[in-house]
Amino acid sequence: MTGVWLNRIWHAVLWIPVVFFSHPLLAKNLYGDSNLNLPVGVTHMSREVYSLHMIIFWICVVIAVVVFGVMFWSLIRYRKSKGAKAAHFHENTLVEILWTAIPLVILVVMAIPATATLQKIYDTSEAEMDVMITGYQWRWHYEYLGQDVSFFSNLATPPEQIDGREQKGENYLLEVDQPLVLPVDTKVRLLLTSNDVIHSWWVPQLAVKKDAIPGFVNENWTRIDEPGIYRGQCTELCGRLHGFMPVTVKAVSKEDYQIWLAEQKQQAVEKAAGNEREWTLPDLMAQGETVYNTYCAACHMVNGQGIPPAFPALAGSPLTTKAEGRATHIELVLYGKAGTAMAAFGSTLSAADLAAVITYERNAFGNNTGDVVQPAEIKQQLKPTE
Amino acid sequence: MSSLPLNRQQQGIRRTLWWLLLMLAGSVAFTVALVPLYDVFCELTGINGKGVNSARVLQSTGIDQQRNIEVQMITRTAAGMDWHFSATLSHKAVHPGEIHQMWVRMQNLGNTTGRARAVPSLSPAEASNYFLKLECFCFDDQQLAAGESLEVPVVFQIRSDLPEDLHRLTLAYTLYPQTGP
Amino acid sequence: MTSNSYSSAEGHIHEPPLRGIKRWLLTTNHKEIGSLYLIFSLVMFFIGGTMALVIRAELFQPGLQLVQPEFFNQMTTMHGLIMVFGAVMPAFVGLANWMVPLQIGAPDMALPRLNNFSFWLLPLAFSLLLSSLFMEGGGPNFGWTFYAPLSTTYAPPSTNFFILSIHLAGISSILGAINIIATILNMRTPAMKLMDMPLFVWTWLITAFLLLAVMPVLAGVVTMMLLDINFGTSFFNAAGGGDPVLFQHLFWFFGHPEVYIMILPAFGIASMIVPTFARKRLFGYRSMVYATASIAILSFVVWAHHMFTVGLPLAAQLFFMYATMLIAVPTGVKVFNWVATLFHGSISFEVPMLFTLAFIVQFTIGGLSGVMLAIVPADYQYHDTYFVVAHFHYVLVPGAVFAIIAGVYYWLPKWTGFYPDETLGRWHFWLSVIGVNLTFFPMHFSGLAGMPRRIPDYALQFADFNLLSSLGGFLFGMSQLLLIWVVVRCVRGGKPAPDKAWEGAEGLEWQVPSPAPLHTFSTPPEFIPERDSPGRA
Repeated sequence: MTGVWLNRIWHAVLWIPVVFFSHPLLAKNLYGDSNLNLPVGVTHMSREVYSLHMIIFWICVVIAVVVFGVMFWSLIRYRKSKGAKAAHFHENTLVEILWTAIPLVILVVMAIPATATLQKIYDTSEAEMDVMITGYQWRWHYEYLGQDVSFFSNLATPPEQIDGREQKGENYLLEVDQPLVLPVDTKVRLLLTSNDVIHSWWVPQLAVKKDAIPGFVNENWTRIDEPGIYRGQCTELCGRLHGFMPVTVKAVSKEDYQIWLAEQKQQAVEKAAGNEREWTLPDLMAQGETVYNTYCAACHMVNGQGIPPAFPALAGSPLTTKAEGRATHIELVLYGKAGTAMAAFGSTLSAADLAAVITYERNAFGNNTGDVVQPAEIKQQLKPTE
Repeated sequence: MSSLPLNRQQQGIRRTLWWLLLMLAGSVAFTVALVPLYDVFCELTGINGKGVNSARVLQSTGIDQQRNIEVQMITRTAAGMDWHFSATLSHKAVHPGEIHQMWVRMQNLGNTTGRARAVPSLSPAEASNYFLKLECFCFDDQQLAAGESLEVPVVFQIRSDLPEDLHRLTLAYTLYPQTGP
Repeated sequence: MTSNSYSSAEGHIHEPPLRGIKRWLLTTNHKEIGSLYLIFSLVMFFIGGTMALVIRAELFQPGLQLVQPEFFNQMTTMHGLIMVFGAVMPAFVGLANWMVPLQIGAPDMALPRLNNFSFWLLPLAFSLLLSSLFMEGGGPNFGWTFYAPLSTTYAPPSTNFFILSIHLAGISSILGAINIIATILNMRTPAMKLMDMPLFVWTWLITAFLLLAVMPVLAGVVTMMLLDINFGTSFFNAAGGGDPVLFQHLFWFFGHPEVYIMILPAFGIASMIVPTFARKRLFGYRSMVYATASIAILSFVVWAHHMFTVGLPLAAQLFFMYATMLIAVPTGVKVFNWVATLFHGSISFEVPMLFTLAFIVQFTIGGLSGVMLAIVPADYQYHDTYFVVAHFHYVLVPGAVFAIIAGVYYWLPKWTGFYPDETLGRWHFWLSVIGVNLTFFPMHFSGLAGMPRRIPDYALQFADFNLLSSLGGFLFGMSQLLLIWVVVRCVRGGKPAPDKAWEGAEGLEWQVPSPAPLHTFSTPPEFIPERDSPGRA
């Protein structure tokens, strides 16, 4: 065990100086997606941001070398122990003007490319498609505007890996059940908002980071050059599971994107069929467990004990065990509870999933009410308007 | 030099103290003023995309037939809202200067009478000052009895001096439940 | 002229000294209150440090091992609040209490009773804040920046206590600032003009004005939170027509000057120590004063650089980028002046000097990463990652905290009458430098590699750097125990120090005996600007 750590320490120590000697143009070839520096990324903007980053980085390195060079040279040269005698000067107008003016010039040199890049980042015009990104505690919701396709994207890393009962996978904490699928070579406008607290959507490879703020819509854009899977995370503290809401973008060719889109629409039809039929209790329990672990377990915990007072227990609660609680239980799941973390799932989960999860909550964790909630009942409650 | 300088110093401290208390009162007043100042600042610059939350006067700036602006409408309901909320038309092409309206439909799906208010957000925020709402459902609370539904418009005009680089405006409305008076 | 008549401002130093606990509860003596502030800040430094070690222990390797995410969030929040408001700020106030009257030749602070009151508010504020950890739902868990609506609609029930404790700490700071300004403006020894004051006094005067200007803003923000939480207002709640972004504007309008409140007095300390051990007058005294003032003024127009990702319009982003970059100029002037002071000096490396030199180097590293963060397009990649954590810790720990420690080593002979143990001090210094850099330097890399801040668990590619940071954190934390040992030993005895404890030191504080008696400068000392002013021609 210590051997592994020592090895890792040694590995990390060895890499530290490397970053100082890496040439920006070689960086990508040498290290690929090195974990010492910003990724170069896969969009025109991310490459521009990367080169801006390297320019200012090297300017800062040069400044540091000059300032620290003079400083350490003075420290060594003018040691009292070597008999140095102090001079008496204590001001010099010319020098003082110079070291005010030179930094100003350097700053202007930095500001010019920064301004140009920023202007491009702000140009969201001529986007070919729009995706609405909504932050939830603690998952992302993607809606392809005008396409009738929308879904939640949840952390897919199993809890066993997080608490160390299983070996951690390669994409530990950066993997989701359903990634945001985008076509390459397409300017995509990203609209961001939030359902609860402030989140921030970040994919380093795209150089896109923007806050998702409740009640407001922010916009950004990206145009991905290469197919691939690009991973990021929420970067604004958003509560308990802030560290557990990754962003995963899967870029595919335009043709594959159309195929995927058609599949999504087909799946929506199949889901709708599930809303029409009668389900058995075991079927509902099986489906309910999946839905519960994805959407509910983060707060109410896998065992239904919750974390009171913020997240009430479902196990043994009058709400989930008593007949009188049934209507309120359904209502809370469908419409959420204003002013709390309890979100409304009525518009985001299918009637079948809602029926399954409510049935599961009324029968799991020792609640054993034997209650069955059918999709038809949920549909009745939701009364589709169009 | 026994008591005179002491008094002078005491007086000085007292005078400084008054100045500092005045400064402190100034800071406090400034803090209190920051919230309305921010609102004014936002209205002037449109920085938070809220725009003006009351009816604007009609501007007769002429209609620019050459430009087509796409106005996109997005509707969302807040957590805990048992209302249905949708736009009857999700986008519309308009010429700057024209007066247009877009409608939304709200329905109370709950069992009790409820009140809600749509909070607007315009993106890009730079457009806020060029997007004039002559009338909007978002100006007022909407009250609906259980099961009741309502169709309400936003009537707007885009100023013809809208910056050249803007081609698409996104209007987002989030419906929040209202409690209290 | 009798020495007795020229007593402290309110003339109560003639009262017989109280004994035991009452003496400390009721003391109005600037030296005793200064010591109280310093001891309080040391206690808070260790409490906040322990929380940092809980964080580093959890982040030692990927996976959740020691604490749950809720508790982790409380630790990051409390660590920040305690270090900012409980450790760094009171330490500077403590140093000001001790040294400002001694450096300007005043018998005490202008308002001694107020001084006592503003100190005792602090233990009250922080025991309240710490007790919220044990309340139902836990303590504050929304980060030290407490962004709404996470800190309002979604906050734990203990948030009202958090708000109260921030109010108390804020009042304490405001009263302290008033006292320091009143002292500096009115109680300087005759003939000492403003431009004759030591730089530590100058930087504190400017800091005190900053405090007076922005602490009410902080009080305003938490009051609005209180109203939103308890009285149904909607300042920050989008549902009622409020604006969560308004919170951030208000918070950072306070928060950015606050950052300078924590660094300007450190500049002052460095400007005292460098000339002493270079045995050469400070280079560019006047430009140092002007640079400090311009940094303070600029601090009011850069707040939105903390908010580059909230979606401000392009023009605002550009304005705040340029204004932020501009701050590099006066800050650079300070560093260049210190280097020019070293140049052609006669330099020796006693412990205070070692800490100051490390301060200059490490603060400059933090300053340079600050310039990188000012560049908006690049900031999109750095924002809210460990790169930012590395940046502000470089400015605050190897920066401000090192300057405070340097000040403590520098003035300990004056306070206790004995030199701190040189060998132990050197051990303390080298272990601290290694520990602090091992902790925070790798954070630049974990940030660039994409690790967000404030997460209790992380992806595997960040593992190596977090391991290093955790080892460094424990090394740095443990080596601070040496500081306590050095201070305790120094209070008890050691090599006796003369009035002027350091060969190259200048200033009125070195004219009083070591240890400084309880009452000094009952008669204003002689001050001849042409001979004694640090700004003399």
